[in-house]
Amino acid sequence: MSERFDEIKQEILDGIGGLASSKAVYEFKKQFLDSKAGKIGLLMKEMKNIAPEERASFGKGVNDLKEWAQQRFTDLDEMIKAKELEHRYEQERIDVTEPGAEMKSGNLHPITQMRNEIIDVFSGMGFEVFENKEIENDYYNFTALNTPKDHPARDMQDTFYLSPEFLLATQTSAAQIHTMEAKKPPIKILCPGKVFRSDDDATHSPMFHQMEGLVVDKKITLCDLKGMLDVFVQKIYGEGTTTRLRPSYFPFTEPSVEVDVSCFECGGKGCKLCKGTGWIEILGAGIVNRKVLQNCGIDPDEYSGLAFGIGLERATMLKYGINNIKLLFESDIKVLEQIDNN
Amino acid sequence: MLVPLSWLKEYVDVNVSAEELEKKLFSCGFEVEELKEVGKDVSNVVVGYVEECEPIPETHLHVCKVNAGSHGTFQVCCGADNVQAGGKYPVALVGASVYATAKDHKTVEGVMTIKKGKLRGYDSEGMLCSGVELGVSEDMFPGAGYNGLLVLPEDAEVGADVKPILGLDDYVFDVSITANRPDCQSILGLAREVAAVLDLPLKEPSYEYHETEVKKDGFTVSVTAPELCPRYIGHYVYDVQIGESPLWMKRRLALVGQASISNIVDITNYVMLEQGQPMHAFDSEYIEGNAICVRRAGEGEKITTLDEQEYTLNPNNLVICDGVKPVALAGVMGGLNSEIRDTTKAVLFESAKFARDNIRKTARALGKRTDASAKYEKGVDEYSTVHAMKRALHLIEELGCGKVSSTHVDVNTGNSIDPWEMKVSLKKVNDVLGIEVPARDVLHILNNLNFAPEVNGDELTIHVPAYREDMDSYPDVAEEVIRMYGYEHVKPTFMPDALVTTGGMNAKQRRELKLKKDLCTTGAYECIHYSFFSPSDLDLLRLPKSAPERRAIRILNPINEELSLMRTTLAASMLNAISRNQKKGNLSGRLYEIGKKFIAKELPLTDYPDERETLCIGIFGEAESFFTLKGMAQKVAESLYVKFDYVPGKVSFLHPYQTATILCNGTEIGYLGKVAYPVAEKLDLRTDAYLLEIDLKTLGALPAGKASFEPLPKFPGESRDLALVMNKEITCGQVEDCIQKSCQYVKGIKLFDKYEGAPIPPTKKSMAFTIDFVPGQEPFEADSVDHFVKKILKNLKNQLDIDLRS
Repeated sequence: MSERFDEIKQEILDGIGGLASSKAVYEFKKQFLDSKAGKIGLLMKEMKNIAPEERASFGKGVNDLKEWAQQRFTDLDEMIKAKELEHRYEQERIDVTEPGAEMKSGNLHPITQMRNEIIDVFSGMGFEVFENKEIENDYYNFTALNTPKDHPARDMQDTFYLSPEFLLATQTSAAQIHTMEAKKPPIKILCPGKVFRSDDDATHSPMFHQMEGLVVDKKITLCDLKGMLDVFVQKIYGEGTTTRLRPSYFPFTEPSVEVDVSCFECGGKGCKLCKGTGWIEILGAGIVNRKVLQNCGIDPDEYSGLAFGIGLERATMLKYGINNIKLLFESDIKVLEQIDNN
Repeated sequence: MLVPLSWLKEYVDVNVSAEELEKKLFSCGFEVEELKEVGKDVSNVVVGYVEECEPIPETHLHVCKVNAGSHGTFQVCCGADNVQAGGKYPVALVGASVYATAKDHKTVEGVMTIKKGKLRGYDSEGMLCSGVELGVSEDMFPGAGYNGLLVLPEDAEVGADVKPILGLDDYVFDVSITANRPDCQSILGLAREVAAVLDLPLKEPSYEYHETEVKKDGFTVSVTAPELCPRYIGHYVYDVQIGESPLWMKRRLALVGQASISNIVDITNYVMLEQGQPMHAFDSEYIEGNAICVRRAGEGEKITTLDEQEYTLNPNNLVICDGVKPVALAGVMGGLNSEIRDTTKAVLFESAKFARDNIRKTARALGKRTDASAKYEKGVDEYSTVHAMKRALHLIEELGCGKVSSTHVDVNTGNSIDPWEMKVSLKKVNDVLGIEVPARDVLHILNNLNFAPEVNGDELTIHVPAYREDMDSYPDVAEEVIRMYGYEHVKPTFMPDALVTTGGMNAKQRRELKLKKDLCTTGAYECIHYSFFSPSDLDLLRLPKSAPERRAIRILNPINEELSLMRTTLAASMLNAISRNQKKGNLSGRLYEIGKKFIAKELPLTDYPDERETLCIGIFGEAESFFTLKGMAQKVAESLYVKFDYVPGKVSFLHPYQTATILCNGTEIGYLGKVAYPVAEKLDLRTDAYLLEIDLKTLGALPAGKASFEPLPKFPGESRDLALVMNKEITCGQVEDCIQKSCQYVKGIKLFDKYEGAPIPPTKKSMAFTIDFVPGQEPFEADSVDHFVKKILKNLKNQLDIDLRS
């Protein structure tokens, strides 16, 4: 019988060489190992023709053959599968330098991004956010802010009037008054909003954005203003940025200061951005004028406050190197898609 | 304000460089916008003595031997007609820089460098110069205006730099003065600050003069509008000789851009620049009735001002009149009828204080702003009113151009110009600053600022000069101290005594930011547009006459008509933005804006209008459709946790059959649709565009859900596809609504196919839906879903006459 086994072995060895696909292996394998019609399986059916004393060794011989064959086919199968896989990968070769699929998402407006950044910094310091009205009345926009009708500071601002009493807010400071009327100290608020002045050129837009900050509490000093703004500029413009205060004038603060930040482009050495001075003007601030507190029913002998106002367009233009304010309001997609800081 | 350094030095012995002074001024609150070096473009020009001067035959030129002292002696060719041997002229040495002039020798065309040259075969090493070539006008140096060489005085030292001789060794500061310091709107006012910051004494100019005799006996001044004219001082000067002003005065006026006119007029201008007090001089021959009356103008009263302009006035304008007629528009400009002429023999000087608001209103209303009105608008103090008159009278004597009479009239409301006393606590001053400035420094600083301070324990007494009308209480004192002590002493602290507060955005602000970010994920860019728009935008939107959007709030003083109305819709701004993008070649894109529209309760405004936050989305490009925009609307609904319903709608600027009204809880909150073709055409749109507008304020008031977790279904759901046949008018929404109401287990209905045409009858259409059924607490029975479908089909048939497609 062993010749039979050898024959089958040889047959398998002969056939294997020409097999090129998993399917051919499967078909070829079926000829031998199919449980019903396989040649090896059929050997088992011959058991009844085998002398009883030889049956054991015959059975073992068939099983050995079966195992041997199975091993051959498994090895072959693995080899061919590996080849096929290799071939498939080969077929799917791509040029990885071709462009990726476009994942379109838009951007928040650069002003909104700047606004959010500032809100984040001051929220952490305990500031709440109050939005201003775009249409204000004379009292809140001027009189309550220590700018009565004949005050020369009114000339500083070219106001758009809607009626003798109502006007377009020229500053977010009016929100200070609304807040202080509604809320008693301690107050820490941030008032972002749109403001309007009759000015129209490359650096002025008739509508622009300000962010007003106000703190009213006990014993607030100019040093606190400096300390707070130092933290602010470091968060926005980076560690190591410092501020410089210099005297200025706003009717609603006394003393009033202009705040310069050490140039974040050159670090204060002097460059084109800071016009060689090493400093960039970023905001106006001061100690809240006693009259403003009084106008809101807050006792200026008990409480004091500090206030600051940031021009968001200027901050944004400085940050991204935008040279014309009009670009911020023209909605040119080619501009908007560049400022991605979400 | 322009301030020549040489003029400043009249009052302070400035001992630092111009650049250093600029820094000092900056540190104490006076920003120098520009520091101009007067003779900046002129260098290496010295006094030259022409030793020999021979004409070059057949030309207008002369060849000269010019002695330039230590610089040497040179041969210079010169074309000027006034060159002669023995004369002294400015000579620009080789390498010198001077102004280049055009052929007329008058028009400056730039700066040039002098090189060795040859003219008609003669070497020329240098150039003899005219006034124009050195940038010197007649007012800066007599004879400088001559179209030929500038003739230097005989005693000029040969070889010496000409700049000091011609007044070119000077600087002019352009200083910006803040609105709280009108007292610094003058050279003397700023000199006080310079003296304080440099710790130097102030040298007051002389106010002395000698009154002679009473003239114009019985001359009176009356003020019938004291609220507009708290002080009026008049003084009569006679034996006037009109003539030229001295060089020093002309030069100072020239440096600040004020032309010299005549000695009397120059005195008024000089005093205004020096003291900050506008002055006027009337030719008293033309003052009738021996009287001056300051009063409100009559309705329709006319005046012709010095510049020969006639103005029609009303009682809001203040006029200076003689016994008969107006002779000046108070605080703005004098009248032509009484102007100073060459023949003037006597003048009446006026130094007055007028209400600044009134001057501003008059100047604005008449469109006439002068140096005087600008000063009055900023504020003139009575201290200066008094001193300016004295100063003018002193200058009359100093210039020897008239006699000061003792006819002096002073009408006032009793305001003292003496310093007033103010007591503050030193501690409070330091409390504002947050640092302790040593008392001796406080005293020193306040002393330098003429506050005559005294300290008694914590009590600081100062004597505020009358010109410091800005001083009010201790924070003002704190500011005076710190701006001189130096802001670098302010040390950062972080509100050590303040209470802790919680910060951040409120729910509404967070919701709005989330909405913005969610819209960005759809590929849309946020825009910000002006809150105002144009009346023509209302026409662009084809709004009918009665449309509420046309009831827009008008700006009374807009920049132009295009920016004259407050927005009542955001649609026009968005359409214009789309149009701008397409013109720049951006043919597709998604934009959105969250802004306000303004709805007036009544017009003109008597109350705050309703400021309504509104969302506007605009999309355009080949890939966009009504349904891509509707997808964005769905994103808005999801972002805000609300559900939108859509019904066909009509909007004047949108496609009549591709427009939907958006509803939320049955309330109309906005629209979306395709931009109507005539509108697109008007905007030159090259692709279709779609607009959405949602009133976020209305929406914000409606109930909304919130982010929440629902347990996943315990049992598997089933889906069924139904192809339905119906009349063409039936909408997808109607079908969905009917299906949804037919079975509570329907959790999703999705249209996946539409079909019209054979074999469907022409009046009908087919729509196919996938319906998802999700079980509740119990699993579905084997035939549950079949029952649901049967019920749905029955309802569809009964309610909408819809059949299952066979």
